Amino acid sequence: MGRYVIRRLLQMIPVFFGATLLIFLMVNVMGDPIAGLCGERQCDPATAAQLRKEFGLDKPVWQQYLTYMGNVFTGDFGTAFNGQEVTELMAEAFPVTIRLTIVAIVFEIVIGITLGVITGLRRGRPVDTGVLLLTLVVISVPTFVTGLILQLLLGVDWGVIKPAVSPEAPFNELLIPGLVLASVSLAYVTRLTRTSIAENARSDYVRTAKAKGLPRRRVISRHLLRNSLIPVVTFIGTDIGALMGGAIVTERIFNIHGVGYQLYQGILRQNTQTVVGFVTVLVIVFLVANLLVDLLYAVLDPRIRYA
Amino acid sequence: MRGAAHARWAACAVAVALTATACGGGGSGGGGADGIVSSSWGDPQNPLEPANTNEVQGGKVLDMLFRGLKQYDPKTGEAKDMLAEEIDTTDSTNFTVTVKDGWTFSDGEKVTAKSFVDAWNYGANLKNNQKNAYFFGYIEGYDQVHPEQGRPTAETLSGLKVVDAKTFTVKLSQKFSTWPDTLGYAAFSPLPSAFFSNHAAWLSKPVGNGPYVVESYAKGSKMSMRKWDGYPGSDKAQNGGVDLNVYTDNNTAYTDLTAGNLDLVDDVPASQLKNVQADLAGRYINTPAGIIQTIAFPFYDKAWNTPGGAKVRTGLSMAINRQQITDTIFHKTRTPAKDWTSPVLGVDGGFDDSLCGDSCEYNAAEAKKLITEGGGIPGGRLKLSYNADSGSHKEWVDAVCNSINNVLGNDRACVGNPVGTFADFRNQIGQHKMPGPFRAGWQMDYPLIQNFLQPLYYTNASSNDGKWSNPEFDKLVDDANAESDNKKAVETFQKAEGVVRDQMAAIPLWYQNGSAGYSDRVSNVSLNPFSVPVYNEIKVN
Amino acid sequence: MPERYDPDEAVAPTGAGGVMDLATSEGETLEKLPGGPKGTGPAELDPSAPSGERARSLWSDAWRDLRRNPIFIVSGLVILFLVVISIWPSLIASGNPLQCDLAKAQEGSQPGYPFGFNGQGCDVYTRTVYGARTSVTVGVCATLGVALIGSVFGGLAGFFGGASDAILSRVTDIFFGIPVVLGGLVLLSVVTSSTVWPVIGFMVLLGWPQLSRIARGSVITAKQNDYVQAARALGASNSRILLRHITPNAVAPVIVVATIALGTYISLEATLSFLGVGLKPPTVSWGIDISSASPYIRNAPHMLLWPAGALAITVLAFIMLGDAVRDALDPKLR
Repeated sequence: MGRYVIRRLLQMIPVFFGATLLIFLMVNVMGDPIAGLCGERQCDPATAAQLRKEFGLDKPVWQQYLTYMGNVFTGDFGTAFNGQEVTELMAEAFPVTIRLTIVAIVFEIVIGITLGVITGLRRGRPVDTGVLLLTLVVISVPTFVTGLILQLLLGVDWGVIKPAVSPEAPFNELLIPGLVLASVSLAYVTRLTRTSIAENARSDYVRTAKAKGLPRRRVISRHLLRNSLIPVVTFIGTDIGALMGGAIVTERIFNIHGVGYQLYQGILRQNTQTVVGFVTVLVIVFLVANLLVDLLYAVLDPRIRYA
Repeated sequence: MRGAAHARWAACAVAVALTATACGGGGSGGGGADGIVSSSWGDPQNPLEPANTNEVQGGKVLDMLFRGLKQYDPKTGEAKDMLAEEIDTTDSTNFTVTVKDGWTFSDGEKVTAKSFVDAWNYGANLKNNQKNAYFFGYIEGYDQVHPEQGRPTAETLSGLKVVDAKTFTVKLSQKFSTWPDTLGYAAFSPLPSAFFSNHAAWLSKPVGNGPYVVESYAKGSKMSMRKWDGYPGSDKAQNGGVDLNVYTDNNTAYTDLTAGNLDLVDDVPASQLKNVQADLAGRYINTPAGIIQTIAFPFYDKAWNTPGGAKVRTGLSMAINRQQITDTIFHKTRTPAKDWTSPVLGVDGGFDDSLCGDSCEYNAAEAKKLITEGGGIPGGRLKLSYNADSGSHKEWVDAVCNSINNVLGNDRACVGNPVGTFADFRNQIGQHKMPGPFRAGWQMDYPLIQNFLQPLYYTNASSNDGKWSNPEFDKLVDDANAESDNKKAVETFQKAEGVVRDQMAAIPLWYQNGSAGYSDRVSNVSLNPFSVPVYNEIKVN
Repeated sequence: MPERYDPDEAVAPTGAGGVMDLATSEGETLEKLPGGPKGTGPAELDPSAPSGERARSLWSDAWRDLRRNPIFIVSGLVILFLVVISIWPSLIASGNPLQCDLAKAQEGSQPGYPFGFNGQGCDVYTRTVYGARTSVTVGVCATLGVALIGSVFGGLAGFFGGASDAILSRVTDIFFGIPVVLGGLVLLSVVTSSTVWPVIGFMVLLGWPQLSRIARGSVITAKQNDYVQAARALGASNSRILLRHITPNAVAPVIVVATIALGTYISLEATLSFLGVGLKPPTVSWGIDISSASPYIRNAPHMLLWPAGALAITVLAFIMLGDAVRDALDPKLR
């Protein structure tokens, strides 16, 4: 187990460098960010040159990347164009987004798995068909449409929620944004659980358990659910990274000042330091989440052993 | 705001049960308590230094935080003395400035001549990366502190001299008779010594000499300004303070206003203009601002710089149904342009609603004729570029193109060309890569006709993005600047503007109004000619 | 769309990944159970097996199933209809989608214009019909590209294993670490072309690792099967084993995930337009229309309703098709 974890951690190193290099190049392709800083006029050449020098933009890309990575390892993520340290931005944005992600994941787990178990056990019945259609509709309507409609209905017409989340972003204000963010994944979790449950419900060990006369509840929770959760856990694990970085649309609609907002601002202002810094952290989150998921397998399925 | 009062209470009960959100603040909702106005805001792009702020969001803060030598009247735009006791000149080149007594910064430091000279020297120095440094470009010695290339050879502007605590002199490098009227711009604000001694601390909680003080500033999300009780000026704050809340999307800000969580939105999105009457019951203002939108042309591209080009450009101008677009898309928050300046200048200031004449009137037949005579649209297709990341540009660009297409009877003659980010848009302009005409917007820095013409159309001027060049225009501008009689100067500028018209250097589209909506908690809301809310006059009911 | 991460070398041989392809996803764990039913499915269906039952292949079974499945029939008909109007939109719409009259902006339904007009005064009906071509092209081409590149790389990595596999798996990790919407914002903001190809190219670039991982997983599963070992023992060449024995048995999960991904690509195009980096005019697409109509949802919901409805129905049809195909290809769910 220990050796396995170490090997996985070592494998993260090239992935980490690759992903940061990729995003670094991508942001660089967008071109010179300085031109956008001077409003509707040409930056005066001297100031532009000075700014380029200050942000290291006058050097070749590979050199910029090396300098940047060197700084990252000393904890210096650089400075955004508005003079703020990127680490400062992160300290503001990540707690908000983590809260939002927690809300979304809880929705996925509670609603998604419940619906999945119900439909999986009632395959082909009206409740199954109903949930199936509902999840498909959720998947097929873009998030921004769902988000705008919910905001308008709940926030303005019915006055149940605040249409925009306050800067402190407490949990109770994040419920609806969390639901919107989770909606597509929620549909996937439902579908996954359903298929998995339906499949395992026919397996021999479930049949055996039933034949032994175990109560239905126990069969479902101890045998069926535990064995069916592997793909669901995998999905949710990989989803953490996607939810945190993919909330650009949701955060914009509900005015949440989280990671998605900072990334969006960073991209619009072509702020390499912000974008690369945030993505670097997201990549780490993604890799660690994957590792945890793999370790969870062993808990869910004792037959899996890590060498 | 559609729900009846009891429905709101029912909803509140539900909300409390669900989320423990408090539904206090009275039936009318609104932001803070105790006379605090909550207002929408955008994250300023640059650090909040006066000479480094070149967009309206940072400008809002500076407007509350600083008072300069001059202040533009919130209604007329006229430059009036604020901290200046008098600004004297005999030759339009050497000015003597006397600062009024009794002004202090909110940290207690006195505002003296030195406060100004130090601030201006800081703003002009290349080392400080101030994006508005060019404002000091008329002052003698600018080339030494801010050379085109290389390092500065001087630390301070040689044209600035402190005479005593109250007085300093300014020497310009050229004649500029209306120069004192530019001093209301935020870049010319005085700065306290704390700005220089502990810069980082100042940036995280700026200190100025205006009617408000910064109580707290959470970068990227919120700034709380409070009334400064010791403010010596006559324009004291009429409210307890202003909370500026950052919104990424002005649609969300507007939604928040209608839901009663916000008091003031100073940029109502075009898509919501149809609803303002129903939503806000008249709590909506729509006043002219010193902003004009135009279509600029890439004159560096030979295809667009032909002898017949002026005809094509005039034809295109006449193919745009401005009235219909401003009515339908913008619900009269823009006014069809009749010249290249702005109505806020007033007739005396150089605004002339007959200057463009027929060239700016929709006339399908004539437009088609002119475009054909001029050799048609270069390349057969007009790609009108705009940045897609802000503003409601897509809507009007599509409408302009449809208007041109309908005139020419060709549904692909004009297409919008969105550019993902503003930075990239500016880059393509700067590197002369624009594949055709592009949107241009100009918000005046100070209400002078000079500001609408020289930076935009003078050869190689900083905002002459299309690289238009015309010796006749340049000469008229030079003459006008040297003219000491204001009336004659304006007339000469208008002659120069006539050259712009004859060549159709840029197509004027419309004057942009400032539009704002507010909640029933506040009153006496107005916008100044820079489309910034006059915060200090807002009253909380 | 995120997908199942497989703990690669840790649990060899691991199953296929993929959101929906659970049929094969955990074969290896269950095989260890006495009489485990998994893994035997494909073995029975080796198309090259020299038995007289050749006609009863996986595909003919699946086809027989599908023909009786109402979900398949309905979704198939919808897709057929979409393809037809994508090729000949003028069959059912006589107007010009680029012909707009601002005077009619936001007007509702009226004779000759059943869906009303959009914010620019263009006919919503005509634009919805003409938008089908773009959206279907984006969906189909992106899916084809992703499936092709993904299954070739993933399949080869899974088949050969070793260093090539390790490198490929790390490369897919790199692409997975970057959120899709973010990648779109960054990459597509520099594009100036107004055709659909940059958008498709972007989707392929960020989409292929997902399918590659699924293909790799299912090839690894198929590789372990007895008939492959047998073919190898008989001296069959690598290419023959790969083409004749493994591909037919490993392709099912790829098809299933691809049909679902197709729906999400169409939806993603709309999201990209919402963020201002999607398709550009004069291209007509549902994504452009949905995003430009969404701010007006209060005043003129019809402008949003029709293209969004068309998008939802299309995505729904492809997902249901994928679902039906998945069920038909899974022998245990018959």
